[in-house]
Amino acid sequence: MASLKELRARIGSIKSTRKITSAMKMVAAAKLRRGPASAEAARPYAAAMRRMLGELAAATKGEDGGPRLLAGTGQDKVHLLVPLTSDRGLCGGFNSNVHRLTVQTIRRLQSEGKTVKLLPVGRRAFNFFSRDYADLIIDKVIGVSGKEVPFSAASNLGEKINTLLEAGEIDVCSLVFNKFKNAMTQVPTCQQLVPMVMDEAEEKPAAASNDVALYEFEPDEATLLEMLLPRNLQVQIYASLLETAAGENGARMTAMDNATRNAGRSIDSLSKVYNRTRQTNITNELIEIISGAQAV
Amino acid sequence: MPIQIEIISPEKVLVSREVDMAVLPGMEGDIAAMPERAPMMLLLRGGVVALYDGDTVKDRYFVGGGFADITPTRCTVLADKAVPVSEISIDNATAQLEALSEAWDQADKTDTTRLSVLQDQIQAVRAEIEAGSPTS
Repeated sequence: MASLKELRARIGSIKSTRKITSAMKMVAAAKLRRGPASAEAARPYAAAMRRMLGELAAATKGEDGGPRLLAGTGQDKVHLLVPLTSDRGLCGGFNSNVHRLTVQTIRRLQSEGKTVKLLPVGRRAFNFFSRDYADLIIDKVIGVSGKEVPFSAASNLGEKINTLLEAGEIDVCSLVFNKFKNAMTQVPTCQQLVPMVMDEAEEKPAAASNDVALYEFEPDEATLLEMLLPRNLQVQIYASLLETAAGENGARMTAMDNATRNAGRSIDSLSKVYNRTRQTNITNELIEIISGAQAV
Repeated sequence: MPIQIEIISPEKVLVSREVDMAVLPGMEGDIAAMPERAPMMLLLRGGVVALYDGDTVKDRYFVGGGFADITPTRCTVLADKAVPVSEISIDNATAQLEALSEAWDQADKTDTTRLSVLQDQIQAVRAEIEAGSPTS
């Protein structure tokens, strides 16, 4: 049995841990409230972008080739995976979920005989992958998941991917990130960016509307498409970065809430042990005194 | 009959309201979006979008390049960057221009794609300074 002094020290240390975790929970909750607002604000741009791309794609349909961002390089050999994680830990399984999905994908692709390259975003991912897959990492981005996600972070990342693609160093590019469902749940997702996957649902309205053929383009369709596609890439990355930021705060809030509750529980049980030990000591001392007095 | 104009930057919707006419800085010249105009997709250079109510300019917004989607009832401007002209910071823009000029001097003169990107950026910043200076 631990001595009273040890117990007191442990209770004290858990109490201060609880203070920290509950403060972190509050901070995460406050940040989380701001998060969805910025994700909401970014949505109209993405929606308008999709509409324009749909119309453009319908107008240029049937033409061969097309920019690499849309059609890919025509090969399927080198995959670039971009895991998006946070820079800091203490957010439950948030980062390890992304790591796990990424590792699964790497194994699957490698067993299919494909080359995999990694571009981790966030310090956590970089640290994790430099342990086992250091030779796959071609670049890293750290420091984007602060309190606010600037669009420039997404555009830099998009440009990086585009340069790699144009240089023919990669054929396929996918993002691995946590899709924000709610504060409790984030779903790790693998989303393919290049070649672009057009959802059936997105393509249909454009193809169905009759005024597609009437569209004028200035300059021509190909140039517009060439300008629009890198933008679209950046917008998609931006959306995922926002989801990651929101998810990180959600996950941290949940994790810290649990930690606070666990700390409280362990303080309760330790206090019980402490009080009981104290009482035992008192009883023991009394017995000693009484039996001493009787012996005299 | 008014036309619905929306100016959207990647971060947020800047403007969404009805105007009588909007003049957009197209890559190959300015174009006015008016009701019943034939649908059109436009690449924008850096410049000022002017919103007209009747014959007077109500609002002016600076856009740093982007795209516009014009239909008979609606005009959507997807701007890389958008600010009301009154909020332009000349100091920031001047600093940006200097950085870009330096990049231009250092750039590989045979790399035409890089040069044309830089050229567009410099043009956009120059347009921003011009739009923001009180004399204009």
